[in-house]
Amino acid sequence: MSEKEAESRDPSELQDVFSGEPMDLRPGSDDCYKCSTCDTECPVAEVDDDFPGPKFQGPEQWRLKRKGDHDIDDSVMSCSNCMRCDDACPSEVPLSQMHNTARGDYVESQMSKFSREYIRNRILSNYGKLAPLGARFPRLTNFVMGLSVTKFVNEKVMGIASQRDFPEFATETFTDWWDKRGGAATSKKRAQEAREKRSDTTSETRAGRDDPREMGSGESAANDKRVAYFHGDYSNYNTPEVAKAMVRVFEQFGYEVVVPDQRCSGTPMFANGMMDDARRAAKFNIETFAALVEQGYDVICSCTSCSMALRQEYPELYSFDGTAKVAANTFEALEYLRVHEDLEGELADSSVPESEFGELAYHAPCHARNQGLDGQAVELLSALDGTDPVDVGDSCSGISGTYGWKSEKYDTSMKIGDEMFEHMEDVESETGMTECPTCAMQMNHGTGYDIRHPLEVLDAALVDV
Amino acid sequence: MAIEDDVVVIGGGLAGMTTALSAARDGSRVRLLSHKESTLRFASGLIDVLGYVGDEIVSNPFETISELPDEHPYRKVGENGVRDGLDLFDSVTDYAGDHTDTNALVPTFGGNVKPTARYPKHTAPGLASVEQDTLLVGFETVVDFDAPLAAEHLAETVPFDVRGVTLSFPGDFRTDARITRLAHALDTNERVEIGGNGRGNGNVQSGVSQSEPIRIALAERIKPHLGDAERVGFPAMLGEEHPEDVRVTLERKLGVEVFEIPMGPPSLPGMRLETQFETALKDAGVRVTTGNPVVDFEGDDEIEAVVVERNGARIPFHGEQFVLATGGLVGKGIDSDRDGVREPIFDCYVPASDDRYDWSEREAFDDHQFARFGVQVDDELRPLDSAGEPEFENLRAVGGVLGNCDFASEKSGSGISLATGVVAGRNASDEVNP
Repeated sequence: MSEKEAESRDPSELQDVFSGEPMDLRPGSDDCYKCSTCDTECPVAEVDDDFPGPKFQGPEQWRLKRKGDHDIDDSVMSCSNCMRCDDACPSEVPLSQMHNTARGDYVESQMSKFSREYIRNRILSNYGKLAPLGARFPRLTNFVMGLSVTKFVNEKVMGIASQRDFPEFATETFTDWWDKRGGAATSKKRAQEAREKRSDTTSETRAGRDDPREMGSGESAANDKRVAYFHGDYSNYNTPEVAKAMVRVFEQFGYEVVVPDQRCSGTPMFANGMMDDARRAAKFNIETFAALVEQGYDVICSCTSCSMALRQEYPELYSFDGTAKVAANTFEALEYLRVHEDLEGELADSSVPESEFGELAYHAPCHARNQGLDGQAVELLSALDGTDPVDVGDSCSGISGTYGWKSEKYDTSMKIGDEMFEHMEDVESETGMTECPTCAMQMNHGTGYDIRHPLEVLDAALVDV
Repeated sequence: MAIEDDVVVIGGGLAGMTTALSAARDGSRVRLLSHKESTLRFASGLIDVLGYVGDEIVSNPFETISELPDEHPYRKVGENGVRDGLDLFDSVTDYAGDHTDTNALVPTFGGNVKPTARYPKHTAPGLASVEQDTLLVGFETVVDFDAPLAAEHLAETVPFDVRGVTLSFPGDFRTDARITRLAHALDTNERVEIGGNGRGNGNVQSGVSQSEPIRIALAERIKPHLGDAERVGFPAMLGEEHPEDVRVTLERKLGVEVFEIPMGPPSLPGMRLETQFETALKDAGVRVTTGNPVVDFEGDDEIEAVVVERNGARIPFHGEQFVLATGGLVGKGIDSDRDGVREPIFDCYVPASDDRYDWSEREAFDDHQFARFGVQVDDELRPLDSAGEPEFENLRAVGGVLGNCDFASEKSGSGISLATGVVAGRNASDEVNP
């Protein structure tokens, strides 16, 4: 039984009315009336006739294994954890929570800890543990990982798809840059300067308006405008330009940024059923960020899978102190700014070089879709001169984090991605945009396009150099 | 400051999408908030306006509107509202039925006939008013449609011959293959193995494996059962993206007309309709936000913003005008428990007997009070409080959340959504841009 079942929900909600026993996932299972809409939305089932779909993986399998005489079907490892089924369900069945729990049980009780698959999955899902090593010798690592012999060995020994190019390590990690720049103290100073500058311009242009939200530089504003950044591993080791853009953009709006020590959000661990690893990482993150939320910070993510983990998977799976508080105070970067600032208005008054941005083939990650964020990047950036974001449709990119890296899943992953590649090719320019680092890998892999993050566009548009 | 639009519509079903389109086409900047994927994919795809009044089947809905009670939503928007709703619908879709005010009679998957105002063109050749002998074809693995049973029922009410046959679907699909999987195979005309495994239709050449396009294989399988039938009806699964191609190929191969019978969820006609509406929304510049429920609002007599929530994180959406299109008891726009009946977002007044045993009658198809639960509105479609005054200056309500009609027994659900949606969208837009 997951912790959630035992502890975190209001017990009055969870008790069986007859026995008084805790109810675990039964209510979710009973809410399923088998309309099969989840199955029609599942990108894996769409291309793989052997995959039985989310309805089976969730409520049906849950019932099957109640009596303990059924193993969990190994097809649960073919679920890519895109979580689209959650969004499709009209009846609030917690499908992805059921999949996560079933996958965790499967890996725990049915998968050999010495199998190649287990070891490979463990390594893939603990990318954040290995990345520091690679990042210490980025040039050497990039050289070695790019060698065909390395790819050959990875494929043959590890089962890692040799078709893919290993993501390059940045020569300077985001956190190194952050420390060198002076950490939180520098951010505080920059934010304060930006607030002063803003209150000057607003008092000039909006004289006579008495809007407390515009009064930027005082003590209360300083207390209000504080965010804790959950950057995740990928933007730290591989795409620090995204993380730097986040810091600069938030400071420009007068926000002081702090960057606490953190672990992987757990997304790749959930997807691989490595529930012990995920639990450790989640506990560390929840404790760290709950303390900051307590002090008045909001938590900001630039990766939509990270924000998904903090907002949905943590409260579904854990009941550490502060779990709910972190979930309720976590936001995606653009989402936060558009709620609290006149982001659209400022973008309408700005521009970016068309040569660098121009048409952007935008793909909404499934996890962004799940949080209701799929429309916002196109909506906001359409107001900006010098760029023309084009939504390439609602299909899944197919990589789903570590999924598309597995040799046996590579073809499925590329088949799922086909629709997105096609629509990207329809866009004239050769630049794409997305919030998710692995979707970005897939977009680049399928089309050769250069892929940007919306924060990079905001950085170019709004930040005074 | 913040996320701001002229008109904010809450609810992504037919009523919400119609409202959003109507307001956007009138020049407003519109936000559509939908908790989940559109509910259209659960709907049959038929557009009923008014099928029954009491036990009487309705031939011409427009001539019958005046017979409805004063509080009925149709009386609030009038015949013109209903016509405008259908006009908007016709401008969005490629449906049939706009040539007449009279209801068409469409065969259902249970073998009944349903009076309806608009129907997918793929359903058109199957109308019960056309006297042609009919063969219904079902498939072993598509268990929601029992063709022989449906044919038996249908034959009791129609003046032509109806037979039903159950066949195995060509190709080697899982027995629990999704209906969309089979539809996609027909869309792309996938090649399937024929003969072998005992499922063939007799044209097996021993030892030679053969394949052919699935549309051809399907037609071949039906031919021996065709007899004197002048048309063949299938459960609605003849392609998601190219249903016309699939249908025409089958017609050509079979030499008779082919039509689809609307089905329950997941409903391909519903999904096709959803796609057509989504395209129209995009073209009209409606900003759609999906994924989280609206749970609350900000403001007093006037609503300033509605609040969307995800696990405790609250996102406000500001607007000048708001339209409630959250559906009825099934759609969760109206909620009930042992203590009473409520509209959960704005707490609009919903009349219901204090004694909950009055809410329902003994028999399933009796005239239940709960079927009429919903918000009360004035002629502007603004929800009214218990004293009959508007709850808010800038809120309107449309579709299933409205009370005083039993859309399930009247067969009026889609028509009410379209008519109230088009009028509320227009009125809200007029307030913003007088």
